[in-house]
Order: sequence, then structure tokens, then C-alpha cells
Amino acid sequence: MKTDIILAGVGGQGILTIAAAIGFASLHENKYVKQSEVHGMSQRGGEVQSHLRISDKPIASDLIPLGNADLILSVEPMEALRYLPYLTENGWVVANSVPFENIPDYPSIERIKKEFDTLTNSIWIDAEELAKSCHSPKSSNIVMLGAASEYIGLGFDSLKAGIEQVFSRKGKNVVDDNIRALEAGRQFSLKL
Amino acid sequence: MQQLVLLGAEAIAQGALDAGISGVYAYPGTPSTEITEFIQRSRISTERGIHSQWSSNEKTAMESALGMSYAGKRALVCMKHVGLNVAADGFMNSSITGTGGGLIVAVADDPSMHSSQNEQDSRYYADFALLPVFEPSNQQEAYDMAFAAFEMSEKFHLPVMIRITTRLAHSRASVVTRKSVDQNSLKLPEDPRQFVLLPALARKRYKRLLSLQPELMLASENSVFNNLGSGTDHSLGIIACGIAYNYVLENFPAGIPFPVLKISQYPAPVEKVRELSETCKSILVLEEGYPLIENSLRGMLNNSAIPVHGRLDGAIPRDGELSPDIVAKALGLETKTGPDVPAFIASRPPSLCKGCGHIDTYNALIEALKPIGGGRTFSDIGCYTLGALAPFEAINSCVDMGASITMAKGAADAGLIPSVAVIGDSTFTHSGMTGLLDAVNENSPITVIISDNETTGMTGGQTSSAVGRLESICLGLGVSNEHLRLITPLKKNHEVNVAVISEELNYNGISVIISRRECIQTAVKHKKVSKS
Ligand code: SF4
Repeated sequence: MKTDIILAGVGGQGILTIAAAIGFASLHENKYVKQSEVHGMSQRGGEVQSHLRISDKPIASDLIPLGNADLILSVEPMEALRYLPYLTENGWVVANSVPFENIPDYPSIERIKKEFDTLTNSIWIDAEELAKSCHSPKSSNIVMLGAASEYIGLGFDSLKAGIEQVFSRKGKNVVDDNIRALEAGRQFSLKL
Repeated sequence: MQQLVLLGAEAIAQGALDAGISGVYAYPGTPSTEITEFIQRSRISTERGIHSQWSSNEKTAMESALGMSYAGKRALVCMKHVGLNVAADGFMNSSITGTGGGLIVAVADDPSMHSSQNEQDSRYYADFALLPVFEPSNQQEAYDMAFAAFEMSEKFHLPVMIRITTRLAHSRASVVTRKSVDQNSLKLPEDPRQFVLLPALARKRYKRLLSLQPELMLASENSVFNNLGSGTDHSLGIIACGIAYNYVLENFPAGIPFPVLKISQYPAPVEKVRELSETCKSILVLEEGYPLIENSLRGMLNNSAIPVHGRLDGAIPRDGELSPDIVAKALGLETKTGPDVPAFIASRPPSLCKGCGHIDTYNALIEALKPIGGGRTFSDIGCYTLGALAPFEAINSCVDMGASITMAKGAADAGLIPSVAVIGDSTFTHSGMTGLLDAVNENSPITVIISDNETTGMTGGQTSSAVGRLESICLGLGVSNEHLRLITPLKKNHEVNVAVISEELNYNGISVIISRRECIQTAVKHKKVSKS
């Protein structure tokens, strides 16, 4: 069993929190993990991605080969489409619908949505709205993780444990906020 | 023994800590920064009193580490590839002096230039200095090699390089740690003249370095990190260096049919290369970086006994980092790909953070330059380099750390008057001060703007050596009080700032304008710290 995940977003959006939660969750299940991330210049509002690989067997490459990603999880709608060449047949694309517009030629959101709808397996979610409605306004990234939780190849309890590990230093309230966000995201996807 | 999930950079740091370092010396630079940051954060380093404060630049770091090694202790010095250019004087000569306590020079190269001006390959520097190199293929090896490199360094009394590239530096995987080793005790070199490179003494030391080469080669031939895997299909032999080995493995999940020589320790093991090439019909060389091994296999006349494939014949692109897909193509394997990227997807280059002080500095400079004309602003390495892009398009150069001031001076010498330099505070104390002294000595008609964000912003907000010292440094170097100006880059100060810059542009001599406002990212961090 192996899951290859591309996490996508814009520098500063905090995709590494998602990566860390999945990473801890994988170790919880005694799986092998490799996770490559972007540091440096692109972190200043540029496009950023993280390759996350989970497997029962040792993992060779730190990078996912093209056409192999089981999941593209993007916290920004346009960024979700940037990594399509990585997507495997029948892979899932889960994207936050709230655009991050810091460039003059940002395409219209209708155009992005139209393209998104041509994908076989996809989930389009307003993570910010959902985070607010479950009283965890700062946890839209974890809503995204919840929305994608079916396609990560890990048990939901492991993901919860992963979140606890990531946020435990910040206190019980923060952990609870994020667990609520995770569940809200998951419920959203299950209802589709 | 413990299992930790670490970035490749962090694995070197943890390895060095466990191998008993007494200090790490470094200047921040992507992708090497996390080595030092990890040591700074680690509990062991506080408990054991391990030195981990940032140095002003890579040269001071290299020399301080050599000093620690002189005193018998194990030292680690870290830098990015272009940082080794700055440290090169110390590095090249440290191979002649040799070491006392173990000395590791950890260099992180950045092929594909994710965050750099070039993609130079540090293995050439080690080759040049006749020093051994370890090049880990994964995080576990990065950890283990810290031990191996210190042992080797103390065995041969030579500095040893650990070379990684961006992908390994910034990729996390689990690492099993070992029992930690105590620090060395203070010990002076047995030969009091070992480190005195007077010509007569240096000649002897150089002969020693030369005489060690066969032993370094033997160490590579017998290294556990260099192994020759047997294969059934001898139509091709593969040489895979460092992380490239993983990409080969990735492409053959059921086992590699070809003999593969994994090279992770240099000098490259010649006998193993010979064995591979004598049993195979052709060779594919996979190197992350420049074609170092490929070049020497081909030879000047390109008349190797069997065909050699790699970066030089186009089997692999000549530039840029490797990937599993590039390696698959070179192996003639089928690759797949998902849907194309829709044409309307716009690229999203990095940009200055909203509200960053550099923005207000550039806006004021652009306006002040309007009556004089553009094409005269030399800049430097940092977040403010993004001033080259729209909407600013405010700078005309970015070459190396500190080059803004010296290039402005040279251009002014040529008659481009006034010339302007834009440099950050941390870059200024890294390599700008000596250039400013040149300009002061000749009272060159240049205006130096130090865009002072009171941190090393680009690499994530490390403490800048310049904090609290810029004015006194400039005055000490001889800038006159009258032409040392201070502005605060805020929108509301725009008119005043334009006026100050204009005045100094019109002054026919050296002036320095410090444009000071803390980096907002660092400011947020500071607020968090003071709250908790
Ligand atoms: S990190 Fe700091 S210095 Fe760099 S762009 Fe952002 S605010 Fe400006």
C-alpha cells in the first residue's frame, strides 16, 4: 500500500502544517514516510509544493514521479491545477475554492472552476467558510485535510492523533479547534 | 537509539551533535540554513554549551571552525554552495594546514537554482583542494556520514566535506540515531608550526596532502557508502552519485537489472569504476550537479573504451536537478504523466510581503531617480532582490553578496554618476563593509542605501550581525556624519524619504542612507515571543 500526495499552495499559506499532521499520522501506523518541501525564496508568496510519500515499504525517491500522485491537495484553487501532470489515473484533486490573488494575471475563478469540473475525481470546498462555521476560523488547512481524509490511505484516528501531535504544544483548545475542523472537512466530503 | 523524522539538513546536524561537536559556524543560506537552526534549537546544544551563533559570513565561519579544530575539538561549518566561494580562501588553505579536532565542511548545493544565482557543484572545490567528500543518498546516510566524516577527518587530520543538494536538504524521512559521543578535550597541535603556512612550511604541508591521496582513494574503494551492485544485464552499467541512486531505485521497484555503482564517497573509487566499465557495454552516469565523474570518464579526447552517457551527450539535461522522470528517460523506460497544465495557469513568482519596508524604500528611490534617469542601481542578495520584478523594476544587478556597493563604485569610476547601491543590513555586514571602505577612501560619488530590516529576512529571519551597529560601522569606516542619513520606509514618509534620497543623489561624494524598518515576518515572531 502506497500513497503519493502533492500538497500545493502559495508561500506563507502553511501547507507544511498539513504535511506534518499526515507525517505524524503515518508514523502512528508504522509506515515509511518521505516528505520534501520548499524553503527559501519561493516562500515569499510564490508557488510552493510538498511531495509527501507514504508506504508500507521503504521509499526510494524523495520526489514523486509524474503521473503517480494519488492525491493533489491544494489550499488554493489555481495551484491545484498547476500540478496536474503529477496526477495518476483516477487520482483525486481536493482544492480550497478561495483564491489567493497576488499576481496581476490571475485567471477568473469561473475559468478555474470550469477546468476543475472536467476532472474525474475532485472535491471543491470553501474551506475558509467551513472553518468559520465550525468555530475554528484559523483551521481552514485542517478542514482541507479532513476533506481529503478518505484518499490518504490512513485511518481517521491516526489523522486525529497526527493533529494532536502537531498542535499539542499550543494547548488543548487549539487541538480541539483543529479536530473539529478535521471532522467538518470530512463530513463535507462524505456528504457529496 | 532513537527514531526521528528529520530533513536531510537536520540529519547532518543531529549526526554532528551526536558525534560530539563543540561548535557549529555558519551564515544562513538556502538550502543549508536548517543545519545550524536545528543545532540552535536542540536541547543537547544548550546542555553541552555547543557554539551555534551565526557568523558574519562564510569566511569568518570557516576560519572560526578551523580555529576550534586547531584547539582539538570537533567543529562543523555549514554554507550554501555560493557561500563556499566566500569561504574558499580558508577552505583551500585548510587542506594544507590540516586539522586538529575533526572538521566537517557541510555544503548544500542548489541545482535548478531554486534560491540561488548559479548551480555550481561543490564537489569540484573538494577535488580542487584534494579533500575527501561524502555525498549522502538519503537522510540516514546524512546522519551516519557525520560520524564517518569526523572519524576520517581525525584519522587523516584533514577537513572533510559533506555535500548535499536541495532535495535531500529539504526532504524529511526517519533516521535512526546512535549513542552520542563526548566532546573532545582541548588539545594543541603536536607540531606547533602545523598551521603556519610560511612558504617553506607550506611546501612540506602540501607534500603531506599529496602523499595522503592514495590513502584517501583506498578509503573510497573500501567505503561502505560506495558499493557495486551486480546486475544480470550488462548492456549498461550505471554510476549513481548521492541522491541520484534513489531515482534509479525508484524506477526499478522489482530490482535493478543493471550493475550499479553507487558513489557516495570521493575521491571516486577508480577500481570500482574500472570493474564496472570492464564488465559493461556502456555506462550511464547520474550526477546531481555538474558532470564531474562523467567528464573524467570521457577524458579530454572523449575516447573512453566504452560509450559514456550522461549530461554531456544529452541523455540527461546539461543543467538542472535530476528527478525520477529524467532518470527514467535516460534509462529508456516508459514514463507517464497526468493531464496537462491548463494554458491559463499563470506563474506565481515570489514577491515582497505586503507591507514590507523594502517596498517603500524602492518607491521612494524610483521617484528620486526620475529626474536623473534609471539604469544605475546596483543591488544585492536578499528579499529586496525581488525589486527587480514588476511593479518595481528598480534594480539593475544582483551578482554576489556585497557586489552592490563595489559595482556602484566601479560604475561611478567609469562616469555613471551618481550610482546607487541597495543592500540589506545582513548582506552589508557579510560583505559590504570592505567595499564601502573603498568608496570612502576615494569619496566615490555613490549613494548606498542600506535597506535595514534588522534581520536576515530571505532565509527566515535569523539574527543579523548588523543590528544596532550600522551607524557606528558606517561612521567608523569614514562616512561623514552629514551624509549618513536615516529614513523610515513608511508610506506616510514618502515625500520626506524622496527628498532625502534626492539630496544624497545630488551630493558628489559617498553617502549612506539607512532605511530602517523591521521585517514584518520577524516582527510577528518577536511579538509572539514577547507575548508568551
Ligand atoms: S520576509 Fe521580511 S524582508 Fe522579506 S519580503 Fe517579507 S517583510 Fe520584507
